[in-house]
Amino acid sequence: MNRTTIDLWVGVFVALGVAALLGLAMKVGNLTTTNIGKTYTVNAAFENIGGLKPRAPVKSAGVVVGRVGDIKFDSSTYEAIVSLNIDEHYQFPTDTFANIYTAGLLGEQYIGLEAGGELESLKEGDKIAHTQDAVVLEKMISQFLYNKASEPAPVNEAPAESTKSDDDALTANPLDDLIN
Amino acid sequence: MTKIFDGVLGALRNLGSNFIDQIWRLGAGTRLFFDMLISSGESFRRFRLVVKEVYSTGVMSLVIISVSAFFVGMVLALQGYNTLQKYGSSEAIGVLVALALVRELGPVVTALLFAGRAGTAITAEIGLMKATEQLSAMEMMAVSPVSRVVAPRFWAGVIALPILAALFSMIGILGGYIVAVPLIGVDAGAFWSQMQANVDWRLDIVNGVIKSVVFGVACTMIALFEGYDAPPTAEGVSRATTRTVVTSSLAVLALDFALTSFMIE
Amino acid sequence: MTQNIVEIDNLSFGYKNRLLHKGISMSFPRGKVVAIMGGSGSGKTTLLRLIGGQFKPNKGEVRVDGKVVHKQNDDGLYQLRRKMGMLFQQGALFTDLSVYENVAFPMRELTDLPESMIRDLVLMKLNAVGLRGAYQLMPTELSGGMARRVALARAIALDPDIIMYDEPFAGLDPISMAVICDLIRTLNDALGVTSIVVTHDVEETFSFADYIYFVADGVVAAEGTPDDLRQSTLPFIHQFVYGEKDGPVPFHYPAGDYQQELLGSKND
Repeated sequence: MNRTTIDLWVGVFVALGVAALLGLAMKVGNLTTTNIGKTYTVNAAFENIGGLKPRAPVKSAGVVVGRVGDIKFDSSTYEAIVSLNIDEHYQFPTDTFANIYTAGLLGEQYIGLEAGGELESLKEGDKIAHTQDAVVLEKMISQFLYNKASEPAPVNEAPAESTKSDDDALTANPLDDLIN
Repeated sequence: MTKIFDGVLGALRNLGSNFIDQIWRLGAGTRLFFDMLISSGESFRRFRLVVKEVYSTGVMSLVIISVSAFFVGMVLALQGYNTLQKYGSSEAIGVLVALALVRELGPVVTALLFAGRAGTAITAEIGLMKATEQLSAMEMMAVSPVSRVVAPRFWAGVIALPILAALFSMIGILGGYIVAVPLIGVDAGAFWSQMQANVDWRLDIVNGVIKSVVFGVACTMIALFEGYDAPPTAEGVSRATTRTVVTSSLAVLALDFALTSFMIE
Repeated sequence: MTQNIVEIDNLSFGYKNRLLHKGISMSFPRGKVVAIMGGSGSGKTTLLRLIGGQFKPNKGEVRVDGKVVHKQNDDGLYQLRRKMGMLFQQGALFTDLSVYENVAFPMRELTDLPESMIRDLVLMKLNAVGLRGAYQLMPTELSGGMARRVALARAIALDPDIIMYDEPFAGLDPISMAVICDLIRTLNDALGVTSIVVTHDVEETFSFADYIYFVADGVVAAEGTPDDLRQSTLPFIHQFVYGEKDGPVPFHYPAGDYQQELLGSKND
């Protein structure tokens, strides 16, 4: 009777399957990076979150320190309330900056935390006071056009020739707006 | 004139009776499915019956699945690299290979190969058992063929396909790695870290597994029904085998679209 | 306990619009070998299926041990089937199981006997059909006659009260035929079962049957002991028993006029 060889093969087969799934989870997927340790939640309000999605990474100095939890709309302030689940191992001062960045030119959006100088740390349920909105491409372009229109230079200039000022607009405009 | 009219009428009548035939088969297949679910107790009380079928559907498909996965992974890496390097983001090749395999190609290609390798074998086996009166003999021995023949094969298929799909994805990624890292020269660290940062356990991997379970149910059930429903002749069995491949492939692709549209938010 | 273990009462059965049986009545007394004979396509095999409950009659009924077969639920039907053993035309052995496992199959599925007892029983049943030595072989390694004997061993595995034979002689050489013939009679007498044999082999059947039914055109055309039938003057029986080509059963399938069809068809 060759039942034992069949059992052996099926055993090997199932073991391979489990190993493949484990490999996918550990080596390919982010099971190890997301589900490790406990997290604490802080909130941040943004006027515009752009294309930020739940489960987007929260990074500080380029290191993933947490994930975006919920994104809600606050109808009294007309702002987006984003909850950030941050790994307990990492502590941030209460005056930390939360910015929405884009990875690469067209990449996904994530939240970057920049530590401030306070001695006290953020705790569960705290709110991050200093935030900076996502860069919205349409807004930027319209601002650029508005600036161009107010300049003394001829308006009808071909767009291809205006690469330089285009660059200026991209880097300068949104940040200036916010700081002022 | 009347001849053309007769021809058109005949074609319409054919179409109609074909359609009714398909509906009838859908109903009969659904009935077999529920009969099978109800009489599955035997399969779990005597799990050896299922193990034996896992061997003939799963283990016997290992070679074709592994080899195809390896090549699919290598081709993905080659093609992906060609496009990605134009945008200067060739390190993203790991993400591309992994996401394509885990989300789509792993479950779908595995299911298609499974339909061709294991599905046809199931249909032919059951069709022949019917043609040689083995199923009748079982019935006359007061043993239900649905619980003794159909149910163990069903559960074996549902167990085997997700395992095969997971292996497909893993081997495909290794194939992609071999092309991307040693052959093309992408940085190994970037390959894996980009992959890990962008492949989500719940949204990508678990969804892929869910897909492969659904495909396992569909492919195995179609193969079983075609065999069970085959006319008990050599011609009937060979036609049923062809139908298994056609129906399973269409079902897998259609189900893939439906599932993907539910899974993508 | 009725005297007849199987009774067929005014049974009608057909596929779609064509009736295969039109009011057949038969009875099968306990302990006898009863043969059902008839030409190919006269629905003999279907009669066995009706007795086994695989088909439902359109009219009339089949009673096994006093119970109406088609009125049983699944459990009742399976209870009845445990009293029956059936030998299928080509044996219908499970091709993925060895000879031993084939005979053990009903025991494993339907009883909780320990392995040692199953082994003894299987070897006993195989010995009864003279194939104890072949228990390790696979069905593909058997000749047609041997396969049928193994199937017979499987049919008697659980000591049924009724053994049904579907064309037991089809496609066998004369020696295998004689072996099967002999087995039908000896098993019947040794096990005290009732045998129902569906066949069209006149010579063999007449040698072992106690009683014979002739089925033609969906009705019982004649019945009696082999001796009665040999002397029958009914034209159909005469044609069948003596194997004549033409007679009440015509050589030609009903057709239009031959000459007309050959000469006239082109003018359509």
